[in-house]
Amino acid sequence: MADEMNFDLVSPEKSIASFMAKEVQLPGSEGDMTAMPNHAPILTTLRPGILSVSGVDGTTEYVVTGGFAEVKPDGVTVLAARATNKSSFTQEDMDSLVGDVKALLDLSDETTKDSVNKTYADALALAGTLGLSVV
Amino acid sequence: MPNLSDLKSRIASVKSTRKITKAMQMVASAKLRRAQDAAQAGRPYAERFNSVMAGLASSVGTSEGGPRLLTGTGSDQVQLLVVMTAERGLCGGFNSNIVKLARVAATKLLTEGKKVKILTVGKKGRESLKREFGDALLDHVDLSGVKRVGYDHAEKIAKNVLSRFNDDEFDVAKIYFSEFGSIINQVPTELQVIPAKFDSAVDVGEVYDYEPSEEGILADLLPRSVATQIFTALLENAASEQGARMSAMDNATRNAGEMIDKLTIQYNRSRQAKITNELIEIISGAEAL
Repeated sequence: MADEMNFDLVSPEKSIASFMAKEVQLPGSEGDMTAMPNHAPILTTLRPGILSVSGVDGTTEYVVTGGFAEVKPDGVTVLAARATNKSSFTQEDMDSLVGDVKALLDLSDETTKDSVNKTYADALALAGTLGLSVV
Repeated sequence: MPNLSDLKSRIASVKSTRKITKAMQMVASAKLRRAQDAAQAGRPYAERFNSVMAGLASSVGTSEGGPRLLTGTGSDQVQLLVVMTAERGLCGGFNSNIVKLARVAATKLLTEGKKVKILTVGKKGRESLKREFGDALLDHVDLSGVKRVGYDHAEKIAKNVLSRFNDDEFDVAKIYFSEFGSIINQVPTELQVIPAKFDSAVDVGEVYDYEPSEEGILADLLPRSVATQIFTALLENAASEQGARMSAMDNATRNAGEMIDKLTIQYNRSRQAKITNELIEIISGAEAL
């Protein structure tokens, strides 16, 4: 059994990371999940949160603001609208994320209100984890 | 025959034009490389995204009650054309080709009795469509201060389009841009983004579990898909624009060179003729003595 799989993190503008990983922790929109090699194929949307990848040479953490992930037995592909290395995620990034979600909140109607509210809560939780403030 | 000083100043002016076109060509070729790199870098995302969307769309199907972005409003009476052109001219047929494609489509729709609305991205398209379809122009997105198109710009355009769709302002949306083939080949392209069309021939391969439900993911991803398609189009457009400008400026430089050669020959001939003339005058003057 293979104990490694491909990990790709792609944003619309460029490919951010691509290497072999042992396990990937995904901030799924319905809860965190950990994908390991030979995981059953699953497609999940992501909430704003921390994506943690354990590779051969240590663990790398990224902040993603949403998007989706495709898990296959031989690899994980994360398609993120925005993804930043955790250490370089600044207060400014947080502000723009919260601003975007707030704008969505204003636009949302009855049917989408719940999910947007949840995203807002997720964003707040992320800010808490990172020790950033929310305006 | 123009006199010598006229010719001289014309040669000088063509030479300085050649310098400008040469410089523009070199700038365009440097920008082209950057634009091509950006287009290259954006490709993996778009490809993955589209294959996932195609899989999802084919499994959910276009049944009743599906998301409106996929199934449409059930009508195609009002069509929104998003015409994406450059902010600057001097790039050969790049802008006019896109505008021509959009104009033909708009005219066809109008003769079919449908209503056309136009959203322009880039100043040049707006300028050339304003006269003919002035009433149909809805909005304009200005990218003139933008050095490098980012996903943010695409998202903004997508939001604009989507909020109009939610307000029932149109039924079908198409984007017009130029696909980058090579420096000498840019193909003006029409792409329907709403309702979304996906290549159903794509082999999905795996059977996925979905979290949340297929419909939930689809509803979440469809708006993003509009942004992704617009982003791809913007990138292709940026590369095409520079490619077109590069070949246009290359032509211009060459033409200027030919012009200079021609003028120089003319200049030399008239100079020689003048000298010969003066000699004849001197000799015949001397003979008369």
